[in-house]
Amino acid sequence: MVEAIRDALDVSMQRDENVVVFGEDVGYFGGVFRCTQGLQQKFGMSRCFDTPISELGIVGVAVGMAAYGLRPCVEIQFADYMYPGYDQIVSEVARLRYRSNGEFTAPLVVRMPTGGGIFGGQTHSQSPEALFVHVAGLKTVVPSNPYDAKGLLIAAIEDNDPVIFLEPKRLYNGPFDGHHDRPVTPWSKHAQGEVPDGHYTVPLGKAAIRRAGAAVTVLAYGTMVFVAEAAAAETGIDAEVIDLRTLLPYDLETIVASVEKTGRCVIVHEATLTGGYGAELAALVQERCFYSLEAPIARVTGWDTPYPHAQEWDYFPGPARVGRALKAVMEA
Amino acid sequence: MSDPGRLSFHVPAPAVRPGGTPDFSEVKIAPAGEVRRPDVDVAAEDIRDLAYSIIRVLNREGEAVGPWANQLSAEALLEGLRHMMTLRAFDARMLMAQRQGKTSFYMQHMGEEAVSCAFQRALSPGDMNFPTHRQAGLLIAGGYPMLKMMSQIYSNELDPLKGRQLPIMYSSREHGFFSISGNLGTQFVQAVGWAMASAIKRDTKIAAGWIGDGSTAESDFHAALVFASTYKAPVVLNIVNNQWAISTFQGIARGGSGTFAARGLGFGMPALRVDGNDYLAVHAVAKWAVERARRNLGPTLIEYVTYRVGAHSTSDDPTAYRPKMESDSWPLGDPVLRLKQHLIRLGAWSEERHKQAEAEILASVIETQKEAEAHGTLHSGPHPSARDMFEGVYEAMPPHLRRQRQQAGV
Repeated sequence: MVEAIRDALDVSMQRDENVVVFGEDVGYFGGVFRCTQGLQQKFGMSRCFDTPISELGIVGVAVGMAAYGLRPCVEIQFADYMYPGYDQIVSEVARLRYRSNGEFTAPLVVRMPTGGGIFGGQTHSQSPEALFVHVAGLKTVVPSNPYDAKGLLIAAIEDNDPVIFLEPKRLYNGPFDGHHDRPVTPWSKHAQGEVPDGHYTVPLGKAAIRRAGAAVTVLAYGTMVFVAEAAAAETGIDAEVIDLRTLLPYDLETIVASVEKTGRCVIVHEATLTGGYGAELAALVQERCFYSLEAPIARVTGWDTPYPHAQEWDYFPGPARVGRALKAVMEA
Repeated sequence: MSDPGRLSFHVPAPAVRPGGTPDFSEVKIAPAGEVRRPDVDVAAEDIRDLAYSIIRVLNREGEAVGPWANQLSAEALLEGLRHMMTLRAFDARMLMAQRQGKTSFYMQHMGEEAVSCAFQRALSPGDMNFPTHRQAGLLIAGGYPMLKMMSQIYSNELDPLKGRQLPIMYSSREHGFFSISGNLGTQFVQAVGWAMASAIKRDTKIAAGWIGDGSTAESDFHAALVFASTYKAPVVLNIVNNQWAISTFQGIARGGSGTFAARGLGFGMPALRVDGNDYLAVHAVAKWAVERARRNLGPTLIEYVTYRVGAHSTSDDPTAYRPKMESDSWPLGDPVLRLKQHLIRLGAWSEERHKQAEAEILASVIETQKEAEAHGTLHSGPHPSARDMFEGVYEAMPPHLRRQRQQAGV
């Protein structure tokens, strides 16, 4: 997936000379996860460069650049480091088009690795997507595989609205089903690891059905797509796993069609439970599908604690927990 | 070693509070004409003293003196005077309109008119200001139609921002005026980004960032200085030190730093301090900094020393925290009166013509005001529709907003 992201940046920088890429360790070194490796060499220092350690500064200058007419695609080294730049994202990036009546816009992308599973402790594991989805004016995307990562990132860069692009870091090197004690499968051995050369997009706002099923709908995104698939396989429950891909704008049609068909819904995310994106999904499903529901909607998420270090696998909503929820919903 | 004893906690406080006698003896004022004018390619470390002095051109007699004088013709100065007088008349009418309930909020410039009016003269078309709340002189001196300013304040049917923004949060790309945020300090670092973009594109345009003395305490200020310094961005970074951040005197934000300008020194950036009530000095220093930026010599930090004569906003009452007549004691005088005195001394102006101009300007402002009010005020007459509220959040309205608009029945 790292290569797919790098390829998306490369393709976008080739097609549009207004695309610039910068962030901490992003230039010469190519990023701590290597997503920008080689871009400075290829496109020069003024298109891809290192910045001071200031997330506020990174997002703030990106706003000014976007107002000028560039298309910055910046990297925040970990989503956990985003908070110093959050005021710029909420008060500036998200509102610029609205408050200036379209005179100034901020067509920029803020990429950030999200989620746990790498023993990163509480400052390298968070999933802050709800903090962005809550903000009017932003689009929020979470890819789950290399093909989507490339297509969605190119679409995000080409979009005229600001996009928060959360990259599940546990998926950088292979699909992860939550079985941390088993060897990692590399993307090269996975169908969605196939990434075409050149330009293509995956449209924002469209979900994908990863596993068709009739018994229960599982709404997931990012790493949790694979966890949900594993849980379905291991419980033998005929779950339909929907990969939301874009959290805002969300693909309500796909969600509603599936829940109306299955009559059951389990929502899975790695972020904390209370006030999380799952609450919004549950409300939407309840509003739209109440009369089709045969069981209460269930949520399987991270606990409402900071992301712990040693207890990582007790915190992570793995296939066993998702499987229990599937069974409970089926038995309700 | 002796016993250090217990610690004590320090909170800075102004010398005088309401009921006291105003005292500005702490404000060290260099005589006009005294501070040298270095070449624009001077090394920052060779002019560190300029961050602690005050560049002034107009002396007490109304003469323009010293190396920063003689940058503008009498004709240009007359135009500058007119801009400041227009801003003052505009302020007076809009303050009154707010008191009459025609709008919710207003912020006036009284005492600070020279800063934005004179600065704008130093820019070229295509340059971009990233202003804060008290720089409407950039628009007035830049030729932006007053009808649009008033319509924005009234949120009426002609409001270019469709009623979405608090009064005075103007925006005009065409006039080099970036959309005002309302959050403090955020625009300062954006100005640096805009300037970086201009350099990346090998353009010739420069940016100007604006911030108040109080907001220099925001992290955005420091991020702006770091990025401007690192990338030698073609930007002029302006601090308007009007002594008061709502009720908080400038010592709270300044802390142990001798001056606000001195904050630039650690970033290796030329930092100048200027008499903000001296139209000629503001313009001359702005021009110097703009030329540095234009010649790719990098950023400049400027502190304009001025005084906020009026309340912070229409929601503020300064008699609660500072002596009522403090502004009369402000040692740098009134920018309009000082330029007027200078022009009279030059033989280009007279008391009589000034009075006449005042009346003409007021009449023209009132005429524009009537026209604006014919298109509505906040609570009466035509105004942007509730339907407009849902537009422009995104380039294309996403389905969830379309559903909400439907629900709102607009």
